[in-house]
Amino acid sequence: MAEDHKTIRMIVQRQDEPEAQPYEEEFEIPYRKNMNVISALMEIRRNPVNAKGEQTTPVYWDMGCLEEVCGACSMVINGKAMQSCTALIDQLEQPVRLEPMKTFPVMRDLAVDRSRMFDSLKKVKAWVPIDGTYDLGEGPRMPESKRQWAYELSKCMTCGVCLEACPNVNSNSDFIGPAALSQVRLFNSHPTGSYHKAERMDALLDDGGLQNCGNSQNCVQACPKGIPLTTSIAALNREATLHSFKSFFGSDYHH
Amino acid sequence: MAENREFFNRRLHSLLGVFPIGLFLMQHLVVNHFATYSPEAFNNAAHFMENLPLRVFLEFVLIYIPLLFHAVYGVYIAFTAKNNLRRYGFFRNWMFMLQRATGIITLIFIVWHVWETRLAHAIYGTEVNFDMMATILESTFMFWFYVVGVVAAVFHFANGLWSFFVTWGITVTPRSQKVLTYATLGIFIIFTYMGIASLIAFAY
Ligand code: SF4
Ligand code: FES
Repeated sequence: MAEDHKTIRMIVQRQDEPEAQPYEEEFEIPYRKNMNVISALMEIRRNPVNAKGEQTTPVYWDMGCLEEVCGACSMVINGKAMQSCTALIDQLEQPVRLEPMKTFPVMRDLAVDRSRMFDSLKKVKAWVPIDGTYDLGEGPRMPESKRQWAYELSKCMTCGVCLEACPNVNSNSDFIGPAALSQVRLFNSHPTGSYHKAERMDALLDDGGLQNCGNSQNCVQACPKGIPLTTSIAALNREATLHSFKSFFGSDYHH
Repeated sequence: MAENREFFNRRLHSLLGVFPIGLFLMQHLVVNHFATYSPEAFNNAAHFMENLPLRVFLEFVLIYIPLLFHAVYGVYIAFTAKNNLRRYGFFRNWMFMLQRATGIITLIFIVWHVWETRLAHAIYGTEVNFDMMATILESTFMFWFYVVGVVAAVFHFANGLWSFFVTWGITVTPRSQKVLTYATLGIFIIFTYMGIASLIAFAY
């Protein structure tokens, strides 16, 4: 009942700068109906006083769209990585614990640097090249059923939740993680994107690539967009089997 | 294969786990199972294997060398993971952790087992037969050590077979992967049963 908890208890893991030691700080925030984690954080920003009544610095976090499409606001909420913009206070156990995702370098408090994900997308060439010295014209149309299927893969917002969930993405390994793998599948399936399939496959099988998947299948469970990551991975595995046969024995098929 | 070395190693690791190591494990457990019929049946089966032509060559090419690679690279793989069952307690994540744990247990077991049944044989000339196993397994500690070793090895093989099918892109859809989970569970049950039954036959 709303009247029962007039305040929300929140424990935030804070860190003043990238190299600083993290510490915990507790807050009590006045309850309003239909709050999400971000509106609770905004409340702290408005009145940066911790639960002990001491004045403190406002908690810093990252956000963009506020509707779960940009991926910027991901953090670990009560032990699970998710988007803070769609995490509703009423559905969370209290005290609500907020931590930054540990897979990425922390910039400050809850904001992390997801550059490694963007670097991975560059590495596997997750785009359709359209620039050239002449007008390439329109590409072929995609069958509707395939478009619908590809649309699901295109929902990835590089939020980092799947990397956070993956036991093989950590400081001991240079695994690029599930998101970039699935994007290779998306762009290889695109009618024009498929022109560069072989290049993407080569990048994908480079160190830190596809082969680092250990099939814990946490990613597919954790992805907020319900992207069939493990299906993409297994399909790429099949592709990689064929690709490596072709490059080992040689092939006259130029694809 | 200078480029894509990691890819090559990973795939080789996966392949060797099934061919020949997995096949050898199954063969080995089938031979052992003759112990449940009678000591003679086991001795005959074991002697048949022992008298295969080029036995030492076969042992190295089909068992020791692949096993060594699989073990060394496997330990490396196991220690690059950071398990997170507390946060993500899903079935496959459990299998992921157990695959690594049973790999390490199996390695310890196999090192001991090879020492006891092969190297000691080569050095001291102890005869390898039903009686030798019966003597080893008389001790309760060794009996349970073998039980743990056999269960770990069979689990590692059955679940590894599941990963093999995914790693090589044979099972792609969630449905086929699920069916495979049941199939490999069947393999686990059958070979665990055979292994334990043989151990009991040796010991009692
Ligand atoms: S695949 Fe899902 S969990 Fe991973 S980055 Fe994309 S949206 Fe986030
Ligand atoms: S702010 Fe964009 S996903 Fe939450």
